[in-house]
Amino acid sequence: MSFIEVTKQLLSGFGTTCLLFILTILFALPLGLIICFGSTTRFKPLRYVTRAFVWIIRGTPLMLQLFVVFYVPGMLFDSPIFATLENGRFIAALIAFVINYACYFSEIFRGGIESISKGQYEAAAVLGMSKGQTFFHVVLPQVIKRIIPPMSNEIITLVKDTSLARVISVIDIIFAAETILSLKALMWPLFYAGAFYLVFNGVLTLLFGYVERKLNYYKV
Amino acid sequence: MAILEVKGIKKNFGQTEVLKGIGFSVEKGEVVAIIGSSGSGKTTLLRCLNFLEFADEGTISVNGEVLYDGASERQAKKKLKNSDKQLRRKRLHFGLVFQSFNLFPHKSVMDNLLLAPTLQFKKEVRQAKRAERAAKAKLKKAKTEEEKQAIELELKEKTSLDYSCLAEIKEKAAATLERVGLLDKKNSYPCELSGGQQQRVAIARALIMNPDILCFDEPTSALDPELTGEVLKVIRELKNTDTTMIVVTHEMEFAEDVADKVIFMANGVIEEEGNPEEVFKRPKSEKTKSFLASRKNV
Ligand SMILES: Nc1ncnc2c1ncn2[C@@H]1O[C@H](COP(=O)(O)OP(=O)(O)OP(=O)(O)O)[C@@H](O)[C@H]1O
Ligand SMILES: [Mg+2]
Repeated sequence: MSFIEVTKQLLSGFGTTCLLFILTILFALPLGLIICFGSTTRFKPLRYVTRAFVWIIRGTPLMLQLFVVFYVPGMLFDSPIFATLENGRFIAALIAFVINYACYFSEIFRGGIESISKGQYEAAAVLGMSKGQTFFHVVLPQVIKRIIPPMSNEIITLVKDTSLARVISVIDIIFAAETILSLKALMWPLFYAGAFYLVFNGVLTLLFGYVERKLNYYKV
Repeated sequence: MAILEVKGIKKNFGQTEVLKGIGFSVEKGEVVAIIGSSGSGKTTLLRCLNFLEFADEGTISVNGEVLYDGASERQAKKKLKNSDKQLRRKRLHFGLVFQSFNLFPHKSVMDNLLLAPTLQFKKEVRQAKRAERAAKAKLKKAKTEEEKQAIELELKEKTSLDYSCLAEIKEKAAATLERVGLLDKKNSYPCELSGGQQQRVAIARALIMNPDILCFDEPTSALDPELTGEVLKVIRELKNTDTTMIVVTHEMEFAEDVADKVIFMANGVIEEEGNPEEVFKRPKSEKTKSFLASRKNV
């Protein structure tokens, strides 16, 4: 198998990896913020339920959660929903990733929001700003600056974690490389796949560095 | 009529009675200095006036309108606390300058001033923007030259009208910064300013909302001694423009010099009040005497 052919196959797997990555970020960030509101609300029952949920998701392996999302609905409704649906496996993986990462993100958001001093809220309040205005114009912009470092760690982990999706047969780049290994007995495509991750994460690291520098126009 | 009338304010934090029935009134343009030892409840009083805390009992009236009534508030199960809109309207009667400035670090000096008033006018601004976009879309579709001109004219009129409030706010912000002597710093960020400058920005930020009564909670306590002067100077100048102010301060000379009325608080009550002459030169209460004596030794 030529280098070009391998590249082509890996690229098609990498497309899935990228899509899974981007969609997870896209959904998990807002969901994480919502979960964060849940885990900090003054309404106790909701707070306890949310925190328990976050604890479970963060305390169990993502791989297990992938299996649960993929198989449990089928068992409940007596028909394998995700296995029969076109792209069903991908959707199941996406759901598991979004829930898992939203919980991690929510904790990062919570830390960021709790680090904003009471004085900021009070200053906004005496200027007649509403709660929503205070959150979006005073709190959130400062939170974003503070959470960039932990967020970038988590997001780089996500890039690598996407390879777990192959346990429910989502054909990502590792899956593609593995197939070549078993069919053609070629080892090097696996390392080649690793290079894809390295480059991807390298680009992300540069990007986060850039954002961090952009937000350095003020200090606290 | 007094611009501010405070009657029988009581406030407990759990078991501790912090305010035990505070009453006083402030005339328009008057400067009231509140002095008193640490823990006497001065900050708590200002926070009650600004509705950052809610008094358990007592009333607060501005210009004769009762803004807050502890008793009815309790009966109505803390109505004001939960009604964001009403609360905001009432808060705008007061301004508060904090000991620790509490500027928004991510906003430039100018934007610190502009944020709250622009949000207030946000609705109008949003409408203006929408109208502008619609007109521009129409402009693209317009076929004849006359049609184009008509729309362009309309657009010009409309934007100048709708943006005028925004432009006004900007002008006012510049004027207010000028007043505190910081117009040249309008594009700086709070972290780039000295403490004294930050506090002057905070004062400007409070002023731009046009409060009836501007409250200061030890505005110079967090500052190096050589920086207190510039902040006190700004407050002095505000007095000359008839701004009604309540200033909690440990600067006795300043209080004596600037205040029209001095209130001495001890243990949650007003121990003594009167004009600076009376309170500083001829204090009646023993507590006032010993407080002033202890201050002199510092
Ligand atoms: N949120 C709170 N919870 C409980 N106790 C409080 C709270 N805020 C203030 N207190 C108590 O109320 C009392 C008065 O506090 P306050 O801050 O009003 O005093 P102060 O006169 O401003 O003192 P200082 O000159 O030190 O600023 C203090 O004993 C303080 O411990
Ligand atoms: Mg105080």
